Order: sequence, then structure tokens, then C-alpha cells
Amino acid sequence: MEAKTKDLWVFVETTENGDPKNVGIELLTPGRELAAKQGGKLCAVVIGCGADAAINEAAQRADVVYVIDGPEFKTYTTDAYANALVALVEKYGPTSMLIGATNNGRDLGPRVSCRLKTGLTADCTGLDIDEESGNVAWTRPAFGGNLMATILCPDHRPQIGTVRPGVFKKNEGGEAKAEIIREDIHVAAEDIRTQVLEVIKEMDAENVDLEGADIIVSGGRGVGGPEGFAPVKALADVLGGVVGSSRAAVDAGWIAHAHQVGQTGKTVAPKLYIACGISGAIQHLAGMSGSDVIVAINKDPDAPIFDVATYGVVGDLFEVLPVLTEEIKKARA
Amino acid sequence: MNILVCVKQVPDTTEIKIDPVKNTLIRDGVPSIVNPFDGYALEAAARIKDKNPDTKIVVVSMGPPQAQAALKECLSIAADKAYLVSGRTFGGSDTLATSYILSNAVKKIEELEGAKFDAIFCGKQAIDGDTAQVGPEIAEHLGLPQVTYGLEAELDGDMLKVRKEMEDGAAIIGVKMPCVVTFTKPAWDPRYPTIKRKLAANRAKIPVLGDDAFPEIDVTRIGLKGSPTHVKKTFVPQKKTGGIKIKEETNEDSAKKLFTLLSDASII
Repeated sequence: MEAKTKDLWVFVETTENGDPKNVGIELLTPGRELAAKQGGKLCAVVIGCGADAAINEAAQRADVVYVIDGPEFKTYTTDAYANALVALVEKYGPTSMLIGATNNGRDLGPRVSCRLKTGLTADCTGLDIDEESGNVAWTRPAFGGNLMATILCPDHRPQIGTVRPGVFKKNEGGEAKAEIIREDIHVAAEDIRTQVLEVIKEMDAENVDLEGADIIVSGGRGVGGPEGFAPVKALADVLGGVVGSSRAAVDAGWIAHAHQVGQTGKTVAPKLYIACGISGAIQHLAGMSGSDVIVAINKDPDAPIFDVATYGVVGDLFEVLPVLTEEIKKARA
Repeated sequence: MNILVCVKQVPDTTEIKIDPVKNTLIRDGVPSIVNPFDGYALEAAARIKDKNPDTKIVVVSMGPPQAQAALKECLSIAADKAYLVSGRTFGGSDTLATSYILSNAVKKIEELEGAKFDAIFCGKQAIDGDTAQVGPEIAEHLGLPQVTYGLEAELDGDMLKVRKEMEDGAAIIGVKMPCVVTFTKPAWDPRYPTIKRKLAANRAKIPVLGDDAFPEIDVTRIGLKGSPTHVKKTFVPQKKTGGIKIKEETNEDSAKKLFTLLSDASII
């Protein structure tokens, strides 16, 4: 389709409680810059059910917030969200659109771009405007993070990309002064062809929300077995963090896949990432190198994890972790 | 029940190294494998067949003639029939063009097999491109419902019950067939080929759907020219240089130094 405006849209995903997913608000930061370079407005799209919190957060940072509200949007379904978003895009014709690369974002993005017969670049870690052509230059890792590629979508609109959580930082926000445009778009029940029959929270009731965590303490092959995660967990507990792992530990059956960080697991960018007994295969680095501060603890002084670590301890994690945990406990007592 | 499993032959990205002088990917000698996520999709189909023995599993791959090897591997594990989609005009396709060609292949294979597919299974993503787009886009081209991030699927009347990986656990999603499901890594390992199946697979003739297999296809929507996205440049990511290394006399001293550095920097 043809773009009707020079506007840049950010899809702000909502939770069932109406809160925004972090990545949606994060994307309003680079969105502001791209919109300025494109000479259009920055618009947020909030689809949900009573998502006032998300609308407010978006309105603090965007020029316009489009709102699609209805009970059919309380829980994410591909059909409801894709139908609604496509209808909105067709009505207003943005020139580009950013979607957070969450599970739902990666489910929605290809469905929407395919229906609009336009290009989609997945899992971007860098965004810019190509000086030559004025198109969005989408930069993303490929081959497990071994290679970076910059992709353009020159002749199709809107140009769409999904962007990894944690790559960009939320800006401060302020007064919620965006124009709010509520759209009367609804999706009939019979057009929603999937239904959620049951929701299963993690069996061990352990917190595995890696993508939302500020602190992650991860264990790898070096922990040696399932019981080796005990000191890892003890440190995570004292820091109020979440336990992560490398693929090696998951493949060995020491911990569930939900904990896995890396190319075939989760992409994370916490404030603090502590890698214990993880050598740092490129696939693991691809999933965590965006963390603010990285601490590596490993016996092997040549482990590649040390190349990305802010602080690297060469030593035995079974001796380092308990002392570190104890010191933190003492300091906080 | 008829299940189509879409597979891609990919370089084993865990074996890829960077040429330290030229700063480029070294692809020579890197083994080609069946994309692991597609292997999970095939295993999910095989598990349905375990419980419903009248199930037929067909695999399809789009790629160069060498991709036959990936299809033969699928035959040796669980597939009953394989098709290769391979043509010069298909080369350079991005995900939208690839999924368009594959959606045409689905219809063609249905015609050749004389039966409709009840479900199309794909891997969540391929480990070379990592886009996770082709599965949902096939669903869109064919107008089918989709479930992504599947862990396992169970037949329930005219529905599939799919266990889906969520950010904070899992969910059971009910989806009416025909449908598309993409699979991620489950808790179990896929089955291995048997010797008997391997021998049969080696002898199998794999039909090729080439450039002229789809007379109805819109040629302006395939290949490099029919792809909306273009690669402007590729580069090897810059290696970060490491920060402070700590190696004191004892591990205890190292831990204490780390603690001091982290608290001084107000990190903890």
C-alpha cells in the first residue's frame, strides 16, 4: 500500500491488566528520533481492554495515541490483534512501524506485514534512517549473532520491524499530552480462530520472567549439575534477581528451557547480568550482551565471556559465589 | 490425518567461525543440518502419528538441490513423503516471497497427494536467518489460523490442542484445523532415525517442484526482485573489549574485590 503520512508508529503491547510491556515504551525513544528524521509524527498504537496505564505511558512520549479497546483484546490472539492493527494501518497509512520482538510481537508482525504485502525485518538491534534513500535502516543479527545485516524496505509501505526488548532505554516521560484517538474497531468472535483453554504458570512457581528482570544470575556448564544451581540461586535470591542459564545447562537437563538465555532462548538486557561457569558461546552472547553491567565468573581465563564482561573474575564459582552472597547479605543487614 | 512439515537446510551456526584477518564468516567446511526447530516440528508430527497411526507426514523444503539431504534425513526419522521446491527464479527470496512460494507449494502438493493437509507444522525459526516469519506468513497466505511457540500438539476431534510456550510459563491453545503451528524446543529430544528407515530414505526419489511447477504464481512476487526487503550491507559485529579482570591470591579475595567494585559503582 501507499503511505498516507510520514508518521512513525510504535505498537505498544499491553498485558491483561492494561499495563504496557516495557519494550513498547522503550521503542518510543528511537521512534522519536526516526519520526523527526522522517518529518512525521510519532504515534503509539494501544490495543487492549481498559489499558489506561498503557495509554498514559504512551501519551507521555508520543504525539498521537491510537486506541483500540474492547473485551476481545483483553487476551492476545493473533486474529483479533492482526485484524484490528491492519484495519488501523489501512485507515491512516503510516510510513513505518516498530513492534517489540516479544512472543506476541513476533506472532503478530509477520501476520500483519504479510496481509499488507510489505516487508518485515525481525529482531532488530539497531535502527536508523538510511541517508541515501530516507528509508529506515534496520540492523539485526543473523547466523546466531556471527553476522549483522542492515535491511531496507524501499518500495513497500509501511516498512515494519520487530525490535528486541532491552536494546533501547525508556525516556523520562512527563506530562501526558498526546492527542488520544479512539477507534471503533471490533473483531467478531467467530473471526477469532484460536482460544486459550488453559494457562499454566511455571510448575515450580519460580519466577522466570527473564525479559522483565533487572538482575539475572545465570549458570552454565561450569555449575556441573542440577545441584550446582544452588549457589547461583542463592545469589539471585539475595539480589532479588532471576535465575538464567546457558543452553549447555538446559541440554544437560539441569534446568528448564524457560530459564535459557541466548539465541534459542530468551534475549535479555537487565541492569546486571552475572554469568557463572558460562564460557560465552556466540549464541549465548547474542542473548545477553545488551545488559548494562556484565559480571563473569569462570575458571578459564580465556573464556570468551570475559570479552563482554564489565567485571571478570577468574576463579572457581563454588568458592566465589558463597563469599559474594555473604558479603551482600552483610552489607544489607 | 495429513500433516505437512516445512523444513530448511541450514549451516550449523554453532560451527561458524569468523576469519580473524578478513573479518568475514568462514562457511567452508561448515556442516549442513536440518534446522533444529524444524526437527522439533517433525517430532511433534511423529508424536501425533504414534497415537493416530493413520496419519501421513509429508515434508517439504525450499532450497538448492543439496537440500535433498535434509529431506532424506526427515524421511529416515519420521516422514512418509518428501518434496523439494527448487528453482532458479526462487533464489534471493526474502521471507514474504519464500512464504508465498511455499503457500503455492502447499496447494500443489495437496493436488499431487489428492488430499488436503489438516495441519502445517514449521520450526519457530531457522537458526541462520532467525526471523520466525515464514510460518505465520504461510498461514496468512493460506488464510489459516496459527499458533506459534508450540511445544507439543495433540489431536482433539477437529481441533489441535497446542501447548504454547509463554514468557511466564505455558498455555494450552485450542485451534481448529486446518491450521499452522510453529514449534520451539520442547523438554525432550527428537527421535533418531532407524537403520531400516535410513536405507529406505537413501533409495527414495524426491520429486522436485521447479520454476514451472506453479503456473498460477505471480512472478513479480518471487525471487530477489519480488522481495520487499533488501540487504543493504552485512558486517561482523565488533567484539567488545573486556573490562576489569579480577584474579586475587584466593577465590575468597577475588569475591571480596568483586563485591567492593560492584558496591562502589552502586551496581548492587
